[in-house]
Formats: sequence, structure tokens, C-alpha cells
Amino acid sequence: MKFAVLVFPGSNCDIDAVKAVEDVLQQPVDTVWHTTSDLSEYDCIIVPGGFSYGDYLRCGAMASLSPVMEAVKVEAAKGKFIVGICNGFQILTETGLLPGALRHNDTMQFRCDITPLVVENADTPFTREYSKGDVINIPIAHGEGNYIADEETLARLNSNNQVVFRYHECNPNGSVERIAGICNEAGNVLGMMPHPERAVSDLLGSADGKAFFTSILKAWEARVHDHQRA
Amino acid sequence: MTTNVRNEPTPQQIADEKIYRTFGLTDEEYDKVVQLMGRKPNYVETGIYSVMWSEHCSYKSSRPILKKFPTQAPHVLQGPGENAGIIDIGDNLAVSFKIESHNHPSAIEPYQGAATGVGGIIRDVFTMGARPIALLNSLRFGEIDGADNAHNRYLFGNVVAGIAGYGNCIGIPTVGGEVVFDDRYKYNPLVNAMCVGLLTHDEIAKGTASGVGNPVLAVGARTGRDGIHGATFASTEDPHSKERSAVQVGDPFMEKLLLEACLELIATGAVVGIQDMGAAGLTSSSSEMAARAGSGLELDMLKVPRREEGMTPYELMLSESQERMLVVMEKGKEHIAEEIFRKWNLEATVIGKVTDDGKLRLTEGDEVVAEIEVTTLVDDAPVYHRPSARPAYLDETLSFDPASIALPENFTETLHTLLGTPTIASKEYVYSQYDYMVRTSTVVRPGSDAAVVAIRGTRKALAMSTDGNGRYVYLNPRRGGQHAIAEAARNVVCSGGKPLAVTDCLNYSSPEKPEIFYQFEESCAGMSEACTALATPVISGNVSLYNQTNDLDIYPTPIIGMVGLVEDLDHITTQEFKQAGNRILLVGPSDTAGLGGSEYLRVVHGQIAGDAPALDLNVEKALQTAVLTAIQEGRIRAAHDLAEGGLAVALSESCIGGKLGATIELNSTQRLDEVLFGEAGSRILVEVAPEQLSGVEALFAKAGVSSTVLGTVGGDRLEIRVNGEAVISDAVTHLESTWRGAIPCLMK
Amino acid sequence: MMTARIHVTLKASVLDPQGSAVTKSLHALGYDEVADVRIGKYLEVKVNTTDRAVAEERITEMCEKLLANTVIEKYEFQLVEA
Repeated sequence: MKFAVLVFPGSNCDIDAVKAVEDVLQQPVDTVWHTTSDLSEYDCIIVPGGFSYGDYLRCGAMASLSPVMEAVKVEAAKGKFIVGICNGFQILTETGLLPGALRHNDTMQFRCDITPLVVENADTPFTREYSKGDVINIPIAHGEGNYIADEETLARLNSNNQVVFRYHECNPNGSVERIAGICNEAGNVLGMMPHPERAVSDLLGSADGKAFFTSILKAWEARVHDHQRA
Repeated sequence: MTTNVRNEPTPQQIADEKIYRTFGLTDEEYDKVVQLMGRKPNYVETGIYSVMWSEHCSYKSSRPILKKFPTQAPHVLQGPGENAGIIDIGDNLAVSFKIESHNHPSAIEPYQGAATGVGGIIRDVFTMGARPIALLNSLRFGEIDGADNAHNRYLFGNVVAGIAGYGNCIGIPTVGGEVVFDDRYKYNPLVNAMCVGLLTHDEIAKGTASGVGNPVLAVGARTGRDGIHGATFASTEDPHSKERSAVQVGDPFMEKLLLEACLELIATGAVVGIQDMGAAGLTSSSSEMAARAGSGLELDMLKVPRREEGMTPYELMLSESQERMLVVMEKGKEHIAEEIFRKWNLEATVIGKVTDDGKLRLTEGDEVVAEIEVTTLVDDAPVYHRPSARPAYLDETLSFDPASIALPENFTETLHTLLGTPTIASKEYVYSQYDYMVRTSTVVRPGSDAAVVAIRGTRKALAMSTDGNGRYVYLNPRRGGQHAIAEAARNVVCSGGKPLAVTDCLNYSSPEKPEIFYQFEESCAGMSEACTALATPVISGNVSLYNQTNDLDIYPTPIIGMVGLVEDLDHITTQEFKQAGNRILLVGPSDTAGLGGSEYLRVVHGQIAGDAPALDLNVEKALQTAVLTAIQEGRIRAAHDLAEGGLAVALSESCIGGKLGATIELNSTQRLDEVLFGEAGSRILVEVAPEQLSGVEALFAKAGVSSTVLGTVGGDRLEIRVNGEAVISDAVTHLESTWRGAIPCLMK
Repeated sequence: MMTARIHVTLKASVLDPQGSAVTKSLHALGYDEVADVRIGKYLEVKVNTTDRAVAEERITEMCEKLLANTVIEKYEFQLVEA
């Protein structure tokens, strides 16, 4: 399985995502510069955290217009797995691949901490190695992770089971309904503010993010298997 | 030399009207410039001499003292004098680090002052070829409680936000540091930023401009009119003066690109030398690079990329615009720099070349606008041997008699008072605003004695800490200096690291006051003694003087940044108690408490008095060696340095962190407040599994280090009994809510 | 040359945490009459055109594409000669 980790000017969690894929999955992973316009060789594309374009204007706004995001849209439509983490989540909402938006934390402060999340949907390619209701400890580090969507969108997210993670018994940024991560209707595009790539070793304080990565590999293997049988 | 066409004063006017004084040059210094040049300097030359001979660039008051620091050791690859020092940590790996102050800018504009301080220190480290892997900050503010202290809260809140804004964006984890609150710092907050970088031996880059004909490039941000000293312009008719900003604004996004581009460029091997354009911008970077190589430089001012039209050579040379570098490339390889910088959407522009005539020559096209012998800027800068006099206040502070103060009636309440004082209270409010996890190598997070960052691909890690108790230095400059080094090293040992080297940021008031110079001289002597005793040479540093306002001098505050090597990840040790049933030992002397200089004396009795706590460097060395050995042998479960608030606070912190109680039985003939809250040095609290106890005690005994079993981990309360009588008893959760809640409550 | 003076603000239905914080601070300073504060962005975009209709169309496009996030923000602008 081949992974791409996108790099925009100002990305800074790109290396962490690469390390997580290498350490947890031992699968090939490339860093891909934002000017690239073809991502067809990759099975999973990670839009990493950081401060693309300095978070100037709006988090993720300028990155969302780069050539590589057009390529991401193409691969998303094909059903490839797309993961946006932190700034990557902001970029995916700015491109319209995911609904809603992310605003300043309600505390008006950047917040870095290990945060408990509850897995709301364990039937996605990103969570199949968890069970619904699992509480996992995953770090957050953001100033603008306050998720918002209008009521109609929220209702749709809930009825389609698109809320994948919620903050558990806390709300570090004021997100509506404690939403920490969502997926698209098809279930192949996921965005989340917490950083699973920072929780892949007990040495770092939590290994609860490992199953996030193994889920993706298992989902891909299952897909390849089904494909071969068909 | 050309005539003046810029409405600038002529050399004769500068001399006659003593305009050089507004630049900060004294009459004697100006006369020396004229003597060295053999003529009167023009406007831009006067400006260049004034900044190069300023305290900030020339260290003219501090140099004779700094020379006495031990700076040599086999593991030192680069000592003081470069952008940052470098030490060897084996396996072809090296660590570069430095600490620097941004006190004055932070007092004026706390967010940008702190942010640009962080930006500057990061550049110092990556110009050495190192990948920055960690940031630490040592901060001092006035008290933040009460209606009168709104400005201190503003400074504190915005300095922290500025550090967060810059460090988080650029993606370097802020892993540690300390914050102290005392009204001595209310007009002069201290903002000292430290950066640690990792590199291999073959990646080391230096700030030298050698090789005649090699091109000199300005890279990164364009030059604007930021940070040119406002006073200089008060006397000139300058149409832009109203638009000029004395406050530099940081652009961490630009710096992230600059960092990546510079490291990529250095890796090509085509870089001859590289230096940050920091304080005094192009002036200091160009003259220092030439001075190190014994070369000269010719720079065409018309080629310097600028943000605004109509900038004069004076402005271009003195601008402190951020996120700029000066790079000397091998001749014919300029295009390599241009290509790499273009990829990162940055500019790299050839602005001049290296010469062999030892001169800094500035031109505007064919016209020479300044010509100065480089050595006169750097080597001939004045040196002052300031008079020194023992401060009169010492007689009074040393005459302190503990019998003059009453014992608290309720020691549990006193413990709460201390846990709730901002200097001791949890700094989660601060570090939760910093991304301390980015780069996924932070193993021991902020809030511990020292932070620990793992080195990927090895079993090694780096332990790092900042420390410096200004009150101790005030009360006993020499011993206070020793404490600063000893405590920083002790913190590293408690985390499982062997202390290797020091970077220092020396914050003092005016050196022109003999009593202040005495503090400076004596405390540096104390630091040197401790550095020698603990085998931790000084490899880089910075001096910040004149930290005084309205006759209020800051405490003499040398801040020590210590880096140590953790040989194996298994050695990493933290301060929180791990398991009920484990034994608690106090390692180090148990009979030398005293109350002098303690946080207890300040907070509970409102006194800054007594002598600095006792410290014996031989005892300290033996203690650190023995505890580190015990840690490396896997015998220690937790280790915590005794610092502000003494034994009772250290026990509370270990209990709170581990969510475990402890029962302590002590016997002592001393005053109870001395036993519980005294701050004598060379003491470490350790947690040991019962089956390890005898082995650990034997290890300490053999090393000649005293140790005392204090009690046992367990339950959910901290109970301290002295001579059979319960003196402190409280639920750990109750202690925790005081400790954790104090700063958020004050900052609401 | 024309200049578009663009204001981007959060939609009325969207909570503005910065505005709320400033409201509280103004109240703390005794400005009790302050009912609400909304914080937005002001942008000046200079365009090389003299055709007002074209400029309006292009600026609208810029706002929709990049300058505002229409999920939570609204925008308005004035075009002035300059």
C-alpha cells in the first residue's frame, strides 16, 4: 500500500505522519510537494498538520487552492482514502471535500494536550480496528479547531453516521456537539483535529493512534481482496 | 568619499554637533573612531561603529568577565564566538544550542518582542547547520495578582502567546523552561529563549566569509525600515520617520521556509559561510563574518532587496528586519542558492563579494559610501573594566535572624499558600499553549525537572533544562551563580541525563553601577567554579544589561540552559511517584536547610533576606554522579530536584503528578519551617522499589553521599510527620486543585 | 486602477469568540452600553482595470473563491477609483 503525505509551504507535521506510517505499517510513503498535480499512484493521501501559508487569511484557505488539492479531489472521487489531520482537516473543509468549518477555539488560546476521544463510528476505513464506544487518548494541538456546521448539515452528519470522533467528557475548543472528526458521505475522506500520528508509541504518552493506521491498511487489503475476487 | 546627497549630516557636522552621541557613542569612543580611520566618519560609518561598539554587539563591559568562563572540553566542537555552540554526543551526532534575551523588545510589545526573540534564536541554531528540535523559555515577570497588576498579566499573557504563535507555527516543539514572578521584574520582564538543534559532524556550518571573489548573498525576507533605533532619527529631518517602527514584527511562516531552504542549501556543500542578520542586521553579520575569516567584503547597497523605496545605505545597514540571512557561496554556485530559494518562494540575491583587503566597503553602484577596516569594528571595540563594589544591602540581608520570624500555626495552610504562589504553581496555563509534541520526539513534557527529547534512529535522548534563581544571586552573588549551574545540571540528572554543556543568558541591571558590576563579576565567578566542578563548559551565551527602570534594578539573573545526554531511553526518569509501597529517599545533606532566599520567606513573611542556600560543589558533584549511576542501573523509579518551596513542595509535586499519596516520617532538631520549606542545594528526592532499597543505600554510601529514608508512597493523602507529630496532612487532590488552579484563576 | 474595500465578517448566526472576548473586556472597562462586538477582516485589493462591471465581477469571484469562507463568513465591498 502506497501513502502520500502532502507538503505545503508551512506544513510541519508532514514528517510525523511519514514516521507513523513507516513505524506502524512499514509501508512505502512519499512526501509530495504542493505543486504536484497527479496523485494516481497513491492508495492513501494524508493532508498533514501545520500552518500552511502561515495560517494567513484563514487556516487552510490558500492551501486549498493549490494544484495538489485538485488532484486530491480527483482521487477522492475514485474512492481513495484521504485523511486530513489538524491543518489538513481545515484544508479539506476549505476545499469542500468535507462539510462545515473550523474557527478559533472558544478559549481564544492555542491548546496542546492529550485528549480523550470516543469512537462514534467504527465502520470507516480509518476506525475499523477500534470498536464503537472506545475511548482513546489522542493529542490535540491547535488554535482553530472549533468545528461548526449549520443545523441541516449537523443533522445529516448524525443521520449518516459521519461523526467519527467526539471529544469524550470534554470540549477543548468549543466544537459543536463535541465533534473532533468527521468523514464524507462515501466514508473515504476523513478529517480530524486530533493527531493520531502523535500517538503511536507509549514513549510519546499514548499508542492509541496505532489502530487508526492499521485500520487504513486493513481496509485497503480488504478492498484489494474484494477486487481480486470480483 | 562622496558628498552627502541624502540630507544626512556631514562628517564635520557629526563631529561639531556631537551627533554621534545620539547614536550612543561617547566622546572618547568617537575620538577613537577618528583615530582608527584617520579621518572623520560619515553618517553611515558612524552608524556602523555605533552599533558594532554597542554593548549588545561588542560586550564591552562584560568581555573581560566572560573570558574567564571555562569553555574547553574534549566534547566541545564549537565554543563561544559563533552563532551557537556545538557539542559532540557520539555516533557522529552533535548538538548545537544557545540562549538569548529579548527583554527590552518584550517590555515594549510583548507578543512581537517574544515572538521575534524565538525567531532569532532559531536562526542562530540552524545557521550552524543544525535542525532545530526543541525550544525552551525562561521568563520573569512582576506579580500577577490583584487589580494593580493588570499590566504584568498583560505582559505575561502576551509573551506566552507570542512564544506560542512563533514556535507553534514554525513546528519546533517548546518543551520546557520556567516562569518566575517577582515585582523586581515588573518594569523589566525577562524573556530568554533557548533553541537546541541536532546535526551530524559533517553538517557543521560556520559564519565565515572566506575565499576572495566568492559571492555574498542576502536571502530570505526583504529589508525594511524596522528596528532602526528611533533616537538616531530624532535629530534628522526624515520624511519616513512616522512610518518607521521600532518594533520588529515576526513572520514565522517566512522563517519556516527560510529554515527549510537554508538546511537544504547547507546540505549541498556549496555554502562557505552563513550568518543570521540579527541585532544590527547587515552591519554585524557582514563584519563578523569577515572578521572570523580575516577577509574583507564589498557590498552594493543598490542590490539589497528592500520592502520600501528610497532606503539609504544607513537604513539598509542598520535595519533589524527579521527572517534574513547573509550567505557566502562558492564562486559559480550562486545558482544553487537561487534555485533552492525559488522552490521555497524566497529570494536569494547576490549583493557583493569577498575581498582580501580586510575592509568592509559599501557602494551604491560605483560610488563608495563607506569604507571601514573590519578589525576596527570587531577587535578594536572598546573594553571597559568597570569598577566593582560589594553592595551595601548585603550587610542587612546577611544579618537576617530566623528567630525574628514566627512559625506558621498551620503548616498545611502554609503549604497551600506556597503551592498557590504563581512561581511554584503549575505552569500548565503556559505550556498548554505551546505545541510541545510536534516532531513526535518529546518523551518528557513540560512540567518536569528537565524535558527529554528522543533522537530518532538511536536509543539516545537529550535532556534539557533552564534555571536561574535571581534572588539567590542577589543575596550571595557568588554562591547564587553556583546554584544556577548546579540546579540546571541537577534537573538534567533527575531526568536521567549526564549534563554536558551550558549556554548562559546573563541578565543584569546597569554595569556602570559598581554594586551591579560586583553582582555580575561575582556571579560569573561562581558559575565558572560550578561549571568546572561539574565538567560542563560554557559553549554559547548572551548578555543583557541595563535591565533597570525608575531605579528599580532586576535581581541579577543569570539564566542557565543545560543540555545533557540520556545514553539510553530506558534511563529516562520523571518526577511523579509511580507505585504505592515504594520507598521515598532524600539524597543529599539533610541538615543544612536554612531559610535564606526561600520562596517561603518571601511569600509567607514578605522578606528577601538571609544568605543564599548552602551549596558545596564537591557534595553536589558526588550527589549528581551517584544519582545518575543509580538511574542508569535501573534502580530509581522517580527523581525530583528540591527547589523553590523545599521538601514539602517537592513531595507535593511528586504526589500530584503520580496521583498517589505519601506518608513521611522525619526526625529533626531544626525549625519545622526550615525542614519543610528550606531550599538548601544538592538534594534530590527519589522513589525506590522496596527490593532495591538496600542496594541503592549501599550505592549512595559508597559514593559518600548521604541518604535518608523519608517514607512510603501510597494512599491518597500527603502526610508528613516530624518527630512523631503530624505537621502536614491533606488529600493530594486538594493540594492539586490549589497548585493547578492558581495561575488560571489569576489570569481570568 | 481601482481599489476594492472588502469587509469579511462572520455570518450573524455564527458565534464570534474574539468579539465575545472584546465585549467582556469593554464591559470590564465600564463601557456597559456595549451590546455586542463582531470582529471581521478588512482587505484592500487594488486591481488594474477601469471597467467597474468587470472589477465587480472579478472581486466577487475572489471573495467566493478565497477571501471569504462562505460557510461561515459573509462579505461586502465597495469599489473606489484609486
